[in-house]
Amino acid sequence: MQASSKPGISVNIVTNTGIVAHGETAALPMRMTISKVNFYYGSKQILFDINMGIADKRVTALIGPSGCGKSTLLRAMNRMHETVHTSRLEGEIHLDGQNILAQDVTSLRRRVGMVFQRPNPFPKSIFDNVAYGLRINGIKGSTSEMVEKSLRRAALWEEVKDHLHKSAYELSGGQQQRLCIARALAVEPEVLLLDEPCSALDPISTAKIEELLVELKNLTTIAIVTHNMQQAARVSDFTAFVLTGQMIEFSPTPQLFTTPSDPRTEAYITGRFG
Amino acid sequence: MSARVKWRRFVSNFMLTLTGLCALVSVSVLFLILGYLVFNGGTSINWAFFTQLPKPVGETGGGMANAIVGSAKLLMAASLFGVPIGFLGGIYLAEFSGGAVASVVRYAADLLNGVPSIVIGIFAYSMVVLPFKQFSTLAGAFALGLMMIPITLRSTEEFLNGVPRYLREGAMALGASKWKTIASVVVPAAYRGILTAILLALARVAGETAPLLFTAFGNRFWSRGWEQPTASLPVMIFTYAVSPYEDWHRQAWAAGLVLLGLILIINILARTILSRGIAVPRS
Amino acid sequence: MATVNPTIQSAGPAAGSRSFLSKLRDGDEIARLITFLFAASVVLITVLLVYELWISSALPRQKFGLHFFVTQVWDPVMDEYGALPFIYGTLVTSVVSLLLAVPLGIGASIFLAELAPPQISDTLQFFIDLLAAVPSVIYGLLGVFIVVPLMRTVIFPGLNKPLGFLPFFKGPSYGVGFLTAGIVMAIMVIPYIISVSREVLLSVPRDQREAALALGSTRWESTWKVVVPFAKTGIMGSIFLALARALGETMAVTMVIGNTPKISASLFAPGYSIAAVIANEFTEATGDLYLQSLIELGLVLFLLTFILNGLARLLIIVTTQKGSGVGNR
Repeated sequence: MQASSKPGISVNIVTNTGIVAHGETAALPMRMTISKVNFYYGSKQILFDINMGIADKRVTALIGPSGCGKSTLLRAMNRMHETVHTSRLEGEIHLDGQNILAQDVTSLRRRVGMVFQRPNPFPKSIFDNVAYGLRINGIKGSTSEMVEKSLRRAALWEEVKDHLHKSAYELSGGQQQRLCIARALAVEPEVLLLDEPCSALDPISTAKIEELLVELKNLTTIAIVTHNMQQAARVSDFTAFVLTGQMIEFSPTPQLFTTPSDPRTEAYITGRFG
Repeated sequence: MSARVKWRRFVSNFMLTLTGLCALVSVSVLFLILGYLVFNGGTSINWAFFTQLPKPVGETGGGMANAIVGSAKLLMAASLFGVPIGFLGGIYLAEFSGGAVASVVRYAADLLNGVPSIVIGIFAYSMVVLPFKQFSTLAGAFALGLMMIPITLRSTEEFLNGVPRYLREGAMALGASKWKTIASVVVPAAYRGILTAILLALARVAGETAPLLFTAFGNRFWSRGWEQPTASLPVMIFTYAVSPYEDWHRQAWAAGLVLLGLILIINILARTILSRGIAVPRS
Repeated sequence: MATVNPTIQSAGPAAGSRSFLSKLRDGDEIARLITFLFAASVVLITVLLVYELWISSALPRQKFGLHFFVTQVWDPVMDEYGALPFIYGTLVTSVVSLLLAVPLGIGASIFLAELAPPQISDTLQFFIDLLAAVPSVIYGLLGVFIVVPLMRTVIFPGLNKPLGFLPFFKGPSYGVGFLTAGIVMAIMVIPYIISVSREVLLSVPRDQREAALALGSTRWESTWKVVVPFAKTGIMGSIFLALARALGETMAVTMVIGNTPKISASLFAPGYSIAAVIANEFTEATGDLYLQSLIELGLVLFLLTFILNGLARLLIIVTTQKGSGVGNR
């Protein structure tokens, strides 16, 4: 039934979350599955026995109060957590059925891209920023074509096409963040992780990025961490609610926001804490 | 107002003025030096100074072409030796090393930085001059290069550490390996600061005389190769200044003006580059 | 929560960090190795320097032992070497230079850190930085042609007449000598004292000043009785740093000290310093014992500056950390 994940886990997810419910006639294939993940910084445990899946060509949102571990969980999906030496991860994370923890990390990160909380363009030109991933990964083909394609996908092309060789720092914050999305898209990742991509942006820029995410769904699989519940409701197909390192609920988005099955979820979405 | 308050206010103003005077005196030394050099050396700077060899004692005229070229060669070779060690060592400190190794390297660099330049000269003498049994341009460059290492090393480390973490993450999330991240993002982001430090190090050793006395030694003629002794501006200033000949004094002033002008220009250039520090907006 | 979790990571040996092989393929291990070699070479060079100084000065250590440091005779003809005149000259010139430079330098740093508006302070500091970049041979040049004549015509008569009864100011004066060297050295170390002291003073938390002013202190009282005592250790550090510079200073001193290995009470008398004798005699030293005695002098100089630099760094770190530990900046 599940295209490319371990049977035990996918069954787990399907039964837990009723993915079939979301107006879909058949169960969705999972691009990534996370099973029994425990995470530690030094001796402090951050995540407890997390199970979830990232559905193919859908947007999955991770919500929860700050410090709940949702960003940590997202960063584990392309092993960015390894940049902190004291971190330790137990459990398994699969991408297309393969354990990412056993893979080469640089090629994994090429396949699972990431956009960060604050825009982090490199101190290079707009063009070179987008071309960066192509160059370091030695991707063949016309760089300028691929740069244009990525900028179009990130809905930035029209704004920057006449000054591609200007420094990326001359762009506004919202444009910089879309540039970072274009940079991530250029290497055509199978999964795109976004870690609170709008938290440093104004409402108009935020709206643009949200629009963009909905369009990108057709191209790639997206997981987004957000502290903004309305944003999760607007852009995502599935939502996971994380609280103090535990997965409280993982359901199709409409269901989670209308008929949450756990009282803690209800408390959170109605604003009683967090 | 009571007399006591008046007195205290007077003391305050008096002492504050005094400190201002101290600052003024200290800074004015710079202009005094420049003024004297221009006044005494300015008239002796002509085409011959830059193009001719020194004349034998007794004849007037001649120039310091060999010393100028010698200094340039020394500085070039010193940079080729000192900058890579400092730069790559700095990368190791900032990016790869654990705590214990790093502190040993840092300690060694600080120690080396504090070694009096004359002692560096002794070291270069026993490392390079003695084995080859002759004074040489290379020995002088070795001594000057040694002095460039600690400055380059520590400032490379400092500026690399100043590159924000989010830039590294951006590169790593695109699948860049660690060294690719360093080479393509971290170092380019810090290059202004590092370049400044290297220029300042260069300016510092450009005026060093003591380490050259018994390494590069001196030469009244063109140096015939890297393994031969060479003249240099600072050593020339020294020999000419302490000589008893009027015409040599005149040339020493001119050489002093050229040397100081060069060093101040490098300094100002370097500090202008740094005024934008890291090529990344902080905050 | 246990600090060590006994569970082995489920994903096998590669989990948690990248395998050595993949790092090797990406070039990370090669880059680490290469940069390590360069970093290690710095340690190697430093160790080699100390070792070289030590073994190259074995002869005088065997022959003279500690007498080297208390012997006044420096006679290449008789092959007898004692370091005392040089140590004396180095210490006297350093003390003289500090006596002149410390009040001036600290006064200027107080002005820069406490009084001058930031714009002016930064501009003046820029000039101070340039001053620190002036090579010592240039100071020597000015010493020879400006300070030495000034000494003969103005300073010596000015001090000798009223104070000539003191042994320090007895004549005659040749222009060159301890005092001349001390003056030139003072001018050279002032920029170091200013830069470091300014830094240290700026690290004093603002609330310290505000507290003093709020109690009705005048501006000077708050500076002198609160800010300066707070920064005292760091300012001491800057003085030690300057002293280390002064001790190792070679060219300017060589050019104005007179180069006579004699111990005289008079500051107008010519003398010699450790660095100057090395600079002058190293290339002429013919015998092994002669050369090695000079190298032993170099070793002494190295040890002195090593100790002073270490102390200075310690004092400066202590003060700036105290500043960051107390109150808000």
